[in-house]
Amino acid sequence: MKAKTADKIATAVFYAVAGLVVLILAFLLGYILLAGLPKLSWHFLAAPAQAFSAGGGIGIQLFNSFYLLVLAMLISFPIALGAGIYLNEYAKQNWITNVVRTAIEILSSLPSVVVGLFGFLLFVVQFKLGFSILSGALALTFFNLPLLTRSVETSLASIPNLQREAGLALGLSRWETVTKVILPAAVPSILTGVILSAGRVFGEAAALIYTSGQSAPALNFADWNPFNIASPLNPLRPAETLAVHIWKINSEGIMPDASAVSAGASAVLVIAVLLFNFLARWLGNRLYKRLTAND
Amino acid sequence: MADLQTTAPERNILTFSEPEHELALATKDLHVYYGENEALREADLQFERYKITALIGASGSGKSTFLRSLNRMNDGVARVTGNIMYRDLDINSNQIDVYEMRRHIGMVFQRPNPFAKSIYDNITFALRQRGVHDKQELDEIVETSLRQAAMWDQVKDELHKSALALSGGQQQRLCIARAIAVKPDILLLDEPASALDPVATAQIEDTLLKLKENYTIIIVTHNMQQAARVSDYTAFFHLGRVLEYDEARKIFTRPKVTITNDYISGNFG
Repeated sequence: MKAKTADKIATAVFYAVAGLVVLILAFLLGYILLAGLPKLSWHFLAAPAQAFSAGGGIGIQLFNSFYLLVLAMLISFPIALGAGIYLNEYAKQNWITNVVRTAIEILSSLPSVVVGLFGFLLFVVQFKLGFSILSGALALTFFNLPLLTRSVETSLASIPNLQREAGLALGLSRWETVTKVILPAAVPSILTGVILSAGRVFGEAAALIYTSGQSAPALNFADWNPFNIASPLNPLRPAETLAVHIWKINSEGIMPDASAVSAGASAVLVIAVLLFNFLARWLGNRLYKRLTAND
Repeated sequence: MADLQTTAPERNILTFSEPEHELALATKDLHVYYGENEALREADLQFERYKITALIGASGSGKSTFLRSLNRMNDGVARVTGNIMYRDLDINSNQIDVYEMRRHIGMVFQRPNPFAKSIYDNITFALRQRGVHDKQELDEIVETSLRQAAMWDQVKDELHKSALALSGGQQQRLCIARAIAVKPDILLLDEPASALDPVATAQIEDTLLKLKENYTIIIVTHNMQQAARVSDYTAFFHLGRVLEYDEARKIFTRPKVTITNDYISGNFG
């Protein structure tokens, strides 16, 4: 076969494959949004869920999802940041770092349902945290930590070594160079990684079913004292999230409008994840421009 | 004796006698090893104060390795033995505070590496890390450093612009300004113009000639014309050894070592 023909065939195949990916995504998104969008209303977004009658909303689940996300990020980001800095800036190539890297890889390949069951045994049962936001956030940390660490590490690795040499040659210590030169330069890409992982955490269900629970007790949105059981901020209350809610409705929902609620909730979930992705792109580009061009 | 003379490499190493020549830096029996591989051996070079010394030689001859050893940038990368004498101190010793030492011996790299910060912050960053916070003092240092690097007039109105928006030549001069802002004694330059076009290269060379009034400059270069134009002394490196070290005009007109002559006349390398 002539090189030119081969090239044409290969190009066509790649176009087709890429097109297929886009098509599948478009079909999925279209299906979910078409089914769910008509159901959306302020009432649906704000009202509590109904177990037996129609007209329930997803207000509490939506709040739970965001609260759990924030809490999980508050726990996992500092750890991931520290681990990422260590691995990329300080660690020497030796067996210890190899063990750490391997551990991170294994952790990232654990099925999330396994993480959930582990979280159930450790946090819910052993630590007596019960089905709670805290148990869920800790399980999500396990689930999120490896990918976030990897993302921080690659963000730092993308900053050229020349920058480190520049800092050292000015008589700055490694710590000063890392915290004041390398880290700020890596912020756009770290932030993108954080938001993308937030999208993944937001849609996670399996790790939460056995940790943050499948019930969403009524919340009193006027009570912001985290020690009160009805307070939205109480980290020890059970908290069904949006993704868990969808799973639950579809497996055992008995309200008359179960399929409509499920479709609406799915649309909200997909829109939220999409927003996370767009936000990540927009913010990353913006920060990168601010760093590189005139400001 | 006769045997030794034929096997030992032909060498011609200049030494200075004080006090006519004030020394800024001197190496004694410096060796550099990457693992088992000896990249540089027996380097004994003296650098006169307020002069430009050029290090020339083919790729892999050990000149950059030598330069990077002078302010300990090879720490953690290579093993360096021997002495580097700076103000009666051996700065190759473990007791030296390398961070403090590097404030006396600054470095500019082959590729411009400004921080992803404003022009102003690039220059003041290291100073502020050391506790200089007086606005007026910082402003003055920014102006004098940029003037010395011959770029004040071009950037004085846009000091808060990102340094990454500058051209390559300007970035490199900013790196020079940044290095001299901390007021070092000695400036090490590792092929500072190799990534620049001829115009920017000429500007850097002009800058260096002005800088030598206040700084001792040691520069690695692949460019023979550049070495001939700017340097007072030139050291020729070959296969990890310094084979010839002399006044630049002697090296470029009548080198004493055959290999030096071959190299500068372009017969190899």
